[in-house]
Amino acid sequence: MSRMWTVMRKELIHIIRDPRTLGLVIVLPVMMLLLLGYAVANDVEDIPMALVDQSKTDESRRFVERLSVSGFFKVTYVVQSEREVLQLLDEGRVKSGLLIPEEFGRNLSTDESGTTVQFFIDGSNPTVAQTAQLAAETVSQAAAQEILVQRLSRSPLRMELRPPVDARLRFLYNPDMRRMDFMIPGLIAVILQVQTLLLTAFAIVREREQGTLEQLIVTPVKSWELMLGKILPFILVALLNVAMTVAVGYFWFDVKVTGSITLLLILSLLFLLGSLGLGVLISTISRTQMQAMYMASFIMMPSFILAGLLFPRDNMPWPAFMAGYLLPVTYFLEIVRGIMLKGIGVNYLWSSIWPMATFGIVVFFASVFLFHKRL
Amino acid sequence: MSRENAVEVHQLTKKFGSFTAVDQVSFIIPKGEIFGLLGPNGAGKTTTIRMLCGILLPTAGEARVLGFDVARQAEEVKKRIGYMSQKFALYSDLTVFENLDFYAHLYGVPREKYKARLESLIEMAGLRGHEKERTTNLSGAWRQRLALACAIVHEPPMLFLDEPTAGVDPVSRREFWEMIYSLAGQDVSVLATTHYMDEAEFCNVIGMMYDARLIALNDPDSLKSDLRGVLLEVDCESPGQAEKIATGLPGVIEVALHGVLLHVTVEKETPQQTLKDTLASAGITVRRMEPVPPSLEDVFISLVEAESRPRLREEIE
Repeated sequence: MSRMWTVMRKELIHIIRDPRTLGLVIVLPVMMLLLLGYAVANDVEDIPMALVDQSKTDESRRFVERLSVSGFFKVTYVVQSEREVLQLLDEGRVKSGLLIPEEFGRNLSTDESGTTVQFFIDGSNPTVAQTAQLAAETVSQAAAQEILVQRLSRSPLRMELRPPVDARLRFLYNPDMRRMDFMIPGLIAVILQVQTLLLTAFAIVREREQGTLEQLIVTPVKSWELMLGKILPFILVALLNVAMTVAVGYFWFDVKVTGSITLLLILSLLFLLGSLGLGVLISTISRTQMQAMYMASFIMMPSFILAGLLFPRDNMPWPAFMAGYLLPVTYFLEIVRGIMLKGIGVNYLWSSIWPMATFGIVVFFASVFLFHKRL
Repeated sequence: MSRENAVEVHQLTKKFGSFTAVDQVSFIIPKGEIFGLLGPNGAGKTTTIRMLCGILLPTAGEARVLGFDVARQAEEVKKRIGYMSQKFALYSDLTVFENLDFYAHLYGVPREKYKARLESLIEMAGLRGHEKERTTNLSGAWRQRLALACAIVHEPPMLFLDEPTAGVDPVSRREFWEMIYSLAGQDVSVLATTHYMDEAEFCNVIGMMYDARLIALNDPDSLKSDLRGVLLEVDCESPGQAEKIATGLPGVIEVALHGVLLHVTVEKETPQQTLKDTLASAGITVRRMEPVPPSLEDVFISLVEAESRPRLREEIE
């Protein structure tokens, strides 16, 4: 036991003696959160649009205004022909286009049966395209409905328009549907996964390359004392990372922790033990730091995709879905989102907590058993 | 296992795939003796020492250190030995004191002994006043002495030193060996590898390794007197040419260039005059020719020659 503290104290000295690395270790996760937070968490809005208004009437202008007021579109080019719109789309200067035909205003004002508008949408990015499609349809329908109501009110029948089915929606959790509130907690989880792997991936293999491991394994130190002694100092560092990223989420991105912060910290600790252990395991089975680096990135990349940060796991094909269960961050992501967004407690999170704890224990014992005190 | 022996090695063999690094090596080290393992790089010295320290599993044969089997009781062996690896594996960002402190705790030096032990080691290694210096700033000789201090922090009765003097100046090398001597005086058994032949003179027993095998095992004086024939030191003109001429002569066992001098080993009954005459008839003036006591280097070269000649012939045939 005392040998474990000895190893831990030595590791702490290594960390403190290298202030530049220590600085990076503390600052980089926050930088990553700031950068990636803006990148993934922004809602799709202000889709640039090229406009051809051949009608040039009050009606057409009102229609365009509706679109810009919705916040989804922003008219950045006003041109004269469809050909020009297509050219702007080709060049990538706009992501959408709108053609209002000459008869638009005339048809509407004369109470004729109807008219058309033509939308152009750049479909290459599905996220932007789907938002644009939905916005274009919604805004057009709302406009059509309003016109219909106006016409009916002017008609001699004076009948009132009321839709037969009125769907009412109530959003539980994240009522404003802020993407930020959904993405930031997930991002915190994934950044911590990357961070913990990087912290310990070199723990053993660095000593192997330096030649100090040979000296270490002729001492009576036990494998578990060495492993735990290597992990514990980084728990401190990684807990600091947790606190800082959650703070940045709160103060910078305005993402509140709805649930218990204490619970969040306790479960973070559990996650850190497991994923720092995973780093040590990688370090144990690698022969060179290069190998350790590659093995670590083999876990980092899937963490971004398979853990459910960007895409819902439920829609993934079976192998990808199951592969997600092999990553500790998958469970942690559920936990962080659950606590920060939904404010739920241990009883609801249990299905994520026990696999994460099991993972940690298995990984730790695997690294102890796989580490041989031989060359 | 005799109580008097610190190390007993029997037919120890290590293979890495098809490559044999150590081939059926056997020797014993009585307690309190200094055993020198000599040989060129790649002869298998480090592999042997690693097996004895319990960090490399032997492929065949067995070895006991202080009565414990190195393959089955490695952890028992590790508690009782000190090991200094080839590269003075110290933590360069730790200070002199922190390195010592780290190993003292790993080896479980009892608290009541701890302070006095570290003090005396710092004194012995001549590192007084440098306790707070980071190891990275130390010179080679100091690093070597600190590495030795770390290896013996728990007062082990058996010490393994792998090339302990590599890259250290001659004066420091001598001082280092004096430290080893004083340890042996305190009943510590030592196994040291080296490829400096002059250092081997410090050892009680020498094992010479060549190409994975132990080709000689004896004390330095016996090794020298066992040398077949008489060693002649020849000072002559164009020694390179003289070497070629002397090599084929009857009664000449071996010829080796020794700086500007020529070392010729001849059968005891061969008259030295014949060699002189032959060289003279080739137009080479011999300024001086006299029998000299052989050094370990001569012994080693002669043994290697004897070892590799028949094997070379085998390969050719």
